[in-house]
Amino acid sequence: MNDLVPVSLLVNGVRYDAAIRPWRTLLEVLRETLALTGTKRSCGEGQCGACTVLIDGRAVNACLYLAVEAQGKEIQTIEGPAAGDPVLAQIQRSFATKGAIQCGFCTPGMVIAARALLAERAQPSEDEIRAALVGHLCRCTGYVQIIEAIQDAAGALARDAAPVAARVGS
Amino acid sequence: MRDETMREFQVIGRPTVKKDALAKASGRAEYADDIAMPGMLHGKLLRSPHPHARIVRIDASRALALAGVRAVVTGRDFPGVRYGNLPQTRDYLPLALDAVRYIGEEVAAVAAVDEDTAEEALDLIEVEYAPLPAVFDPEAAIAPGAPQLHPHAPGNVSAHTEFQFGDVEAGFAQADHVREDVFETQPVKQGMLEPHACVGLWEPSGKATLWSCKMSPYVVWRQLSMGLDLPPGQVRVVQTYVGGGFSGGKQEAMPMDFCALLLSKRTGRPVKLVHGMDEVLTIGHMRHPMKIWLRTGTTRDGRIVAQHCRLLANGGAYSSIGGFSIFLAGAMLNLPYRVPNIRYEADRIYTNNGFCGALRGHTVVQMCFARESQLERIAADLGLDPLELRHRNAIQPGDTTANGFRVGTFAFDECIDRVAEMSGWREKRGRLPKYRGIGLGCGAHLSGARLMGHSASAAELRIQEDGSIHLTTGSTDVGQGVETVMAMIAAEVLGVDPDDVSCTKVDSASTPVDPGTFGSRVTLFTGKAVERAAEDARTQLAALAAERMGLDPGELVFRGHEILNRNDERQRVSLKEIVRYGAFQRGRLVTGRGVYAAGDEKIDFRSGYGNLSPAYTPTACVAEVEVDPETGHVTVVGLWGADDSGTPLNPLAVKGQVIGATVMSLGHALYENLIRVDGRVMNPSFRDYKMPLATDIPPLERFKHANVLTWEPEGPFGAKEAGQGAGTGVVAAIANAIHDATGIRFHRLPMTPEAILRGLGRVPEAKESAQ
Repeated sequence: MNDLVPVSLLVNGVRYDAAIRPWRTLLEVLRETLALTGTKRSCGEGQCGACTVLIDGRAVNACLYLAVEAQGKEIQTIEGPAAGDPVLAQIQRSFATKGAIQCGFCTPGMVIAARALLAERAQPSEDEIRAALVGHLCRCTGYVQIIEAIQDAAGALARDAAPVAARVGS
Repeated sequence: MRDETMREFQVIGRPTVKKDALAKASGRAEYADDIAMPGMLHGKLLRSPHPHARIVRIDASRALALAGVRAVVTGRDFPGVRYGNLPQTRDYLPLALDAVRYIGEEVAAVAAVDEDTAEEALDLIEVEYAPLPAVFDPEAAIAPGAPQLHPHAPGNVSAHTEFQFGDVEAGFAQADHVREDVFETQPVKQGMLEPHACVGLWEPSGKATLWSCKMSPYVVWRQLSMGLDLPPGQVRVVQTYVGGGFSGGKQEAMPMDFCALLLSKRTGRPVKLVHGMDEVLTIGHMRHPMKIWLRTGTTRDGRIVAQHCRLLANGGAYSSIGGFSIFLAGAMLNLPYRVPNIRYEADRIYTNNGFCGALRGHTVVQMCFARESQLERIAADLGLDPLELRHRNAIQPGDTTANGFRVGTFAFDECIDRVAEMSGWREKRGRLPKYRGIGLGCGAHLSGARLMGHSASAAELRIQEDGSIHLTTGSTDVGQGVETVMAMIAAEVLGVDPDDVSCTKVDSASTPVDPGTFGSRVTLFTGKAVERAAEDARTQLAALAAERMGLDPGELVFRGHEILNRNDERQRVSLKEIVRYGAFQRGRLVTGRGVYAAGDEKIDFRSGYGNLSPAYTPTACVAEVEVDPETGHVTVVGLWGADDSGTPLNPLAVKGQVIGATVMSLGHALYENLIRVDGRVMNPSFRDYKMPLATDIPPLERFKHANVLTWEPEGPFGAKEAGQGAGTGVVAAIANAIHDATGIRFHRLPMTPEAILRGLGRVPEAKESAQ
């Protein structure tokens, strides 16, 4: 087939050049062409949120986003280096320690959604957390521990950000 | 309570992070769809568009001619051996042979260089069908002259169960009050986010290996061997990470699994198949829709003296585990109550719908909805407080039920008290404003069923020379945290940390054979096997250490990676030093083995009598709802649950289990319904099949769960079931709360806004179109 088009994608700070069929979604290209399988394929129609990635910091469903449209943008997936993103690393830790992870299939999307939320609001309310998760299905946890994990991450990041003197004084 | 409850544990009972949590949080956990192999092909399945038809002819020549297509297989390419769960229910085929019996049944499979090509090829396979009359409703299916689905099942009766305990006539004769009600439940899907996926590789040597997200890989292994007509030794099933299961297709071999292997044999390449979510929601495996007729007799003061239940289950086109499903509904009819006289008659009927099987809570969920809704009516009839009615009938620890369950720990009374207290029941009941209501629902579950076939679990544990421990069992972590809990048990026995214990996923070529993960059996059955395997290893280590230290093995304790003299703790050696001493100097490798078997206490499925499980979990739930009379929308504003799961081994995981089960039942009560018209699923997507979202659960401060602690002597470190019981009372709790809020009594699920508005007289009764 000679219907391939060249794409150049910036994913987690790494430049990938590939030739793809132009109708391939970002999800398909991430998983199949770039072998970045941390982003999950579930409903394929933007209902479950398992394939959520960040494009220029905004959470989107990769299954509804054409790969060619993502050129010239910064794509961040769950494989993004946590070492370079302390917020992401804290969210991942909080998900683990609060029991927010069961089967784990929704987890990459949930973590990315939480990352986008905390970028927008450092101390979201419970209702704001729920609203941020409304595009995400989780069948295992009943959401409680996911909400608690995001609260925990926000709290831990606030403590880390607080001036040392304030922490000593408390 | 025994001494153990007083013992200070090093590991058990502490909230412990799941071993795989960080791998999952960073996208490193490899699920079946994440597997890529060199040269791998992609498969797709062709499905029947007819609910019932004869297959006249299949012509795949045009599909095979499409560039990129490597192979096509149909039912004729398989040996024609039917497989199934039970000897009497072998009605599955890898692909349909002569007939299709529901819309979505698999007819052919294609392997191609990519998914798009495989999909395109499906359109080029020509199948000539001769449509047959179809039947969708179980009552129509048992009527004379109805279309017949299977030659072996006259009258479309897929399974029948009946039993009686005590004297039901005499029981009703002494009743002061008798109620009869009919309840109906809907088809509900497992709703796991990971679609079924597998990779098959048929090696030239004849060895057939399947990688797949299976909850019970050994069931799959046996079924593959049956349907492929291969000796089990030639089949290998390797478990990947499982992205949610909740029973269903991940318990069994599915057509995709057979096709991945046969397509691999044809092409010499590994072949991957992944279902789309539309396929997952169309095909079989779902909760049985049921019609439950329930008659209950009580004395004036609310004591249940007799119950008679007749049940009709819409089984769909094939058996799955359905024979057991309808047995279980009756076996659990009485729990958590003392009912001296019981009669149960149930039929599971074949219809031309997607087939039904197990789903979290199995059939206990439907039965609890019926019974707890009826108990609420009885309480009202008798002018009794619903809590008091439950207390008066509560099974007590040590009871033997009419059907032979020997109940050990069972803190049901405490569960009722706890939810009443947490929810503020006494302040709220009867005092809430209009359209706000509060309701109670109770239930119970097993800690694993003692089945007549394969029931036992085994564990093997090897200690390496660096002191790390390698644990293998045949149980699968499907997200509930089995690997962590098993590591905790082994670590507690051996005085090490859970991080020292690594667990392997199931590989039928190397792990101990096991029935699998279902029926809340793993913590108890496998956990007990792991405890014993660790004890076996500890005995071996103690013998070596005693030799080395000049002590009696009985004088040794294991703690902090060391073996110590109980009488003088200054005398100590490290665990790994003893392992090395044994291996290097004595040639004795430390390898512990343990088993847990159901023993001779198996239940007799013909009579229904016997002790079905080693332990039973009671549960109570209170729901508070607010109903919008303009839209019919129900908001669950509070949920409080309590159950007796024994002693939780990992409270972090137990919390996830009970909350998860509760929210799943919330969906069952209010939203979820696989709508089918003439056998066609009308809502095969998560857009239209509505599962609960984060915005549908009550605020965290009003969504609480309590564990009433008991020490279950049958379980490892006092533990029993946690993942299913908590969901059993929830549906009725919500139904009873809606009744309290609106006066509408629901006999049919789900309780949708339309149904609420109908109940409020805001919209006229509609003719029921879907079933």
